[in-house]
Amino acid sequence: MSKKVLMKGNEAIAEAAIKSGCLHFFGYPITPQTEISEYMAKRMPKVGGLCLQAESEISAINMIMGAAAAGSRCLTSSSSPGISLKSEGISYIVACDLPCVIVNVQRGGPGLGGIQPSQQDYYQATKANGHGDEHVIVLAPASVQEMAQLTSEAFDLADIYRMPAMILADGALGQMMEPVDFELATKREVPEKTWAANGTGGKRKKNIINSLYMNPQDLEDSVIARYKRYDEVSEKEVKYEEYKCDDADIVIVSYGITSRICKTAITAARAKGIKVGLFRPITLWPYPKKPLNKLADSAKQFLVVELNMGQMVDDVKVATDCKRPVSFFGRTGGVIPTPAEVLAEIEKIAGGLN
Amino acid sequence: MQKTLETLHKIIIVTGHFGSGKTNFAVNLAKKKLAEGLPVTLVDLDIVNPYFRAADNRDELMALGARCIVPEFANTNVDIPTLPPEVYSALEEYERDSDRVTIFDVGGDNGAVALGMYNQFFEKYGCDMIYVASKYRPLTETSDDALAILREIEYYSRLHVSCIVNSSNIGEETTADDIRASLDWADELSKKSGLPILCTLADERIADELSDIPNLLPIKNATNRLY
Repeated sequence: MSKKVLMKGNEAIAEAAIKSGCLHFFGYPITPQTEISEYMAKRMPKVGGLCLQAESEISAINMIMGAAAAGSRCLTSSSSPGISLKSEGISYIVACDLPCVIVNVQRGGPGLGGIQPSQQDYYQATKANGHGDEHVIVLAPASVQEMAQLTSEAFDLADIYRMPAMILADGALGQMMEPVDFELATKREVPEKTWAANGTGGKRKKNIINSLYMNPQDLEDSVIARYKRYDEVSEKEVKYEEYKCDDADIVIVSYGITSRICKTAITAARAKGIKVGLFRPITLWPYPKKPLNKLADSAKQFLVVELNMGQMVDDVKVATDCKRPVSFFGRTGGVIPTPAEVLAEIEKIAGGLN
Repeated sequence: MQKTLETLHKIIIVTGHFGSGKTNFAVNLAKKKLAEGLPVTLVDLDIVNPYFRAADNRDELMALGARCIVPEFANTNVDIPTLPPEVYSALEEYERDSDRVTIFDVGGDNGAVALGMYNQFFEKYGCDMIYVASKYRPLTETSDDALAILREIEYYSRLHVSCIVNSSNIGEETTADDIRASLDWADELSKKSGLPILCTLADERIADELSDIPNLLPIKNATNRLY
C-alpha cells in the first residue's frame, strides 16, 4: 500500500516545512508560488503555528528576522520580483547569523516580467541575495519529491550553520503535480539555539542580535569568521547528481526543471549513438566545483542548459578551469525549451566533435 | 434514479479541490461526448491556476469539433483571471440547442466563486454540479475533510453538488491497488454527503485490471508534459 500523496510542488514545500517543525510562515502572494501561503493558511492553525499574510515582501522578511532571532523555525516564500524586495532583509539576517528558509519559485523577468517559469535569478541567488559579503545556501530541486526533501534539509542546514537557506525552484516545479513520500526526508542533528533572544528566564546573560558594528575591525572579524563557516559549508555540503557521465563525450550541466528536459533529450541522443550525460548541481551554493572539474578530464565538451541568457555557465567555466569548451543553450522570459530543441543542440556539438 | 454519464444534465459543472483531477475529467468527458456524436462546449472557468489547465487542450478538442472558451489571458505572461464574455454565448447556445453538452471546468476550492455570476442561468436551465475528489490529495485524505471542501465549494458557488467522481490517483505511478484502496473512502464520502458516486476514474493503462468496479471510466492523462 502506497504512502504517497499527489501534490503540487508548492504544497510539498509547505507540508515539508510543517513536518520539519516550522511554526511561523510570513509571506505575500505572488504567482506562481501562492499555493504555499494558501496551504499554510489552511494547515498552520491546525498544528498550532502561525501563517500571516504580511503587508509586503519587505515586512514578511523582517518578520522572519524577528521569528528567527527568537529561535523559531520559520519560512518565507515569494517569486522573483518579491525576492528582490526581500534582499535588504536577507542581508540583515545573514549579518545577524540567523537561520531561516527562503523559497523562490522563479518567474520570468526582469521587472514584473511574467508568470511563466524561469531560472533568471541564478546570479541573484548564488552571488548577491543582498548587499555585503554574504552567501546563503541555495538548493535546487528537480522534482516535487525533492521540493519536499530539500525543504526539510534546508531547515537543518540553516540551523547547523546559522545562515539562511534558499530553495531555488521555478514556476513549473511549483505548479506541477507528482507523488511525494514525506517519510523519505532525512533528519540531521542540529545544535541547540543557545544564542536565541527568547527570554533569559533570569538564568543567563542577555543574548543580543545585531548587525551594526561601531568598530571596522570588529566588523572585519565578524565577516572573516562567517567566511570560515562558508568554507566548512563548501567542504561538507555539496550535493549533485551524475547521470550517464561515465562514458560521456558531452556533459550537459543543468539544474531544476531544465535537467528533466535534458534527461529526455539525452535518452534520444543516446538512441542515435551520441554519448551524452548530465551533471546536475543540487546545491547551487556551494557549487559542486570539484566533481565537475574531475569530469573535465574525461568529457570533451560541456553544454550548459538554463532558462535564462547564460548565468550558471560562468560557474561551469570556473569549475572546469576552462579545460574543455563550454557552450550554452537557453530560453528565457518564461519560455521553456522542448527536449527536441536540446537534442538539436547536442547534435550540433556532436557534429563538431567528429 | 442512479445518475450515469448518459443521464447527466447537458450543463455539467466540474468542481473539486485544487489538483483533484477536474481538468483531466472535464477533458476526457468532453472527448467521450464528442465520440458519441454530441455537440460539446468546454468552458475553462479556472481563475486559480496560472498554468496546467484546460486551455492546454484547446487545440486538440477543437480539432475534434468542440467549442472551447478559455479566459483571454490563460497561458499568457499575465495573471489576470478575467472571465470571457463568450461564456454568456455558450449559455445562450444551450437555450437554442438543448442537445449541446456544455462543460464548465472550474478552479479549485474558492475558485468556485466564479460560478456565481452565471447563477441565474443555472437556476433557469438546471445543471449537474460534479464534485471531483481524490483520496491521495493531502487535504482530502479523509472522507470528512473531502466533505468539508465539498460544502465549501457549495457555499462559494451558491449551487448544490449532485454527484461525486472518485478520481483518486498518484499520477503516473498509480496502480490498480491504489484505486481499489480508495473505494471505501469514496463510499464513506457518498454516505456522509448523501450523494451518489457518478464514476471512478482510472488511467486507461490500468483500467483493464479494474473492470469489475461499477461505473469505471477509463481516462487518458490530459496534462501538458514539459519533458
